Amino acid sequence: MDRFRVLIVDDEEDFVETLVNRLNRRNLETTGVGRGEEAVARAREQPFDAVVLDLKMPGMDGIETLKEIKKIQPLAEVILLTGHGSMETSIEGMQLGAFDYVLKPIKLEDLLVKLAEAFKKKALHEQKIRDARIKGLTHFPEGSGRPEGGEE
Amino acid sequence: MKTEMYSDLQRKIITITLLVSFSPLLVLGATIYYQFANTYREKIRDQISYRAGAQAEAVDLFLKERTAVLSVIAATYDFEYLIQEANLAHIFGIMNTSAGAFVDLGVIDQQGKHLAYVGPHNLKNLTYESERWFAEVMNSGLYISDVYTGFRRFPHFIIAVRRQQDRKNWILRATIDPVVFGGLLRSAWVGKTGDAYLLDQNGVFQTQPRFDGQVLSNADLDTALFGTGVTFFEMEGGAEGSRLYAGKWLKNKRWLLVVSQEAAEEMTGLFATRRLEILIVGLGILAILIATIATTRLTVNRLKQADRRMNKLNMQLVQSDKLAALGKMAAGVAHEINNPLAVIIQKTGWMEDLLEDEDFKTSKNAQEFKLSIRKIEEHVERARKVVHNMLGYARKMEPRVEDVDVNATLEQTISLLENYSRTNNIEFRKELAQELPILAGDQARLQQVFLNILSNAIDAIGKDGLIRVESELTETAVQVRITDNGAGIPVEFQNKVFDPFFTTKSSGKGTGLGLWVSYDIMEKMGGSIRFKSKVGKGTTFTINIPILLPEKK
Repeated sequence: MDRFRVLIVDDEEDFVETLVNRLNRRNLETTGVGRGEEAVARAREQPFDAVVLDLKMPGMDGIETLKEIKKIQPLAEVILLTGHGSMETSIEGMQLGAFDYVLKPIKLEDLLVKLAEAFKKKALHEQKIRDARIKGLTHFPEGSGRPEGGEE
Repeated sequence: MKTEMYSDLQRKIITITLLVSFSPLLVLGATIYYQFANTYREKIRDQISYRAGAQAEAVDLFLKERTAVLSVIAATYDFEYLIQEANLAHIFGIMNTSAGAFVDLGVIDQQGKHLAYVGPHNLKNLTYESERWFAEVMNSGLYISDVYTGFRRFPHFIIAVRRQQDRKNWILRATIDPVVFGGLLRSAWVGKTGDAYLLDQNGVFQTQPRFDGQVLSNADLDTALFGTGVTFFEMEGGAEGSRLYAGKWLKNKRWLLVVSQEAAEEMTGLFATRRLEILIVGLGILAILIATIATTRLTVNRLKQADRRMNKLNMQLVQSDKLAALGKMAAGVAHEINNPLAVIIQKTGWMEDLLEDEDFKTSKNAQEFKLSIRKIEEHVERARKVVHNMLGYARKMEPRVEDVDVNATLEQTISLLENYSRTNNIEFRKELAQELPILAGDQARLQQVFLNILSNAIDAIGKDGLIRVESELTETAVQVRITDNGAGIPVEFQNKVFDPFFTTKSSGKGTGLGLWVSYDIMEKMGGSIRFKSKVGKGTTFTINIPILLPEKK
């Protein structure tokens, strides 16, 4: 199985760099970027299984970035990094399709748990799509798979 | 200093009020009194003057009558007839029946020889030729003498008329009874000190005065003081005080009728009025004094209370302003600290990850590194907790609205602490009101407030003590009172306890955020949190939760 691909988006450079190192060390394929715009560009270039997204960033903010990424890669699970002050924003984010949130400053263990859940969910999701495709091939379509075929 | 200001104010109000109210009262009192006194004196003067005038008229009339009687007799009867003593006695009898007051009656020829006499004294054959009155009456035809002792050795006076008959003169002479004449004046001895008497031109008593003198003694009164008509004056006397005098010369201009009275007696009415007036003014002053002092005290006390309330209110306003500003600042600081903390945690995590590598594991100081990193993490965790509390996710989240049973929330909170309190021998005594309404609110936040205050109470006691938890329904709120008998809060700390980071607990044991957060929660809820504390006695926190009833579902 391929390694999981994770995109870290946070304007704190040291934070991103260290987190990328630690996740890579735990055998995840991790990329880090410092801005929302950069994250969207990366999402266009390659698929990710999970995106860890800071809500408060200069330029394109977390919610905007979330919307863009979800447009490009609907199946990528987004975990929001949230401060105490942006609780409402993270709720909004989850209504927009984010998978979960983690309170800053994060503990790696917590993040790993959430990432694992995200991967599980995504895997399940993809499995369903595959099953549906198989069914679609063997049966006449009735409710056929939803047109989420943005996946490759 | 404050007390001084109030008493100064009180003094000023009292002084001004008294000045303003006393001055007109005294001026009015004095004016009325002097007006009244003047009128009264005038009236007395009129009265005494009238008495003198009337009395003088009566005496004049008396003399005129007696003179007329004599004149009529002298004109009616002949000399020869009258010198018969039997005839004279007969006429004397008639005179005394009709007019009275005659003591004797005599006929005297022009040589001054007493030819006939009727009366108690043996005056017959006495010769009056050398007497002054004899010359007078021979000269003017009528004579009324001053009072004199004469042959009789007691004071009397005479009336004599002359008649010319056949070129010869004779005289009819009568003595007036001094007792009857004196009685005429005695009737004017009014009251206890009233006197009335006659004086001759030299100031010699012609009748018996009531006081200080005898007939024919000198009256010590300057008759020149009396003019025509009725003269009135007041004279300073001795021990009895001044006397009022009124006098009038009789028609013959030789006798002066004097009426006198002690001024004090006449003035009793005035003095009574004066006493009454002084009493009324005195009572008025007393009433004003009492009323002024009482109302001023009341006013100043009200002012004091109002000031105190105002100060308290101002202090509360300042307090909540301060807390609001501090809150904003703290939130800003917390955010700024949060980001570096996040980086530090990742960095230390990374270092730990790297220490797992073989070459580091075997390194001499690997253990020391690990220990240091753990310590860093521990302290970052501490800092993280502070930030967490400061930003209090409970505070920042939208408040939930749910049904809240205050008593149940209290019970639940107490049960969380009971295990700890039991080991420290701290008793909870619950006095919860029955039938409190179910409120609409955020139970978790309310519990946070209760927990903060109850655990503070436990910390204040330490070991062995009592925490009383009461709930009560007031008009606008459900009131919860939590009272401990612990150490109490020193006065100098009392306006700081709600400040963030204010704590008396040792570092690491308390963040100083509990009461700050509680205060904020209660304010946002529309309620309040207050306390009263006395060092050594304990502290009572009073929490008012506004009555917001849940919407009917």
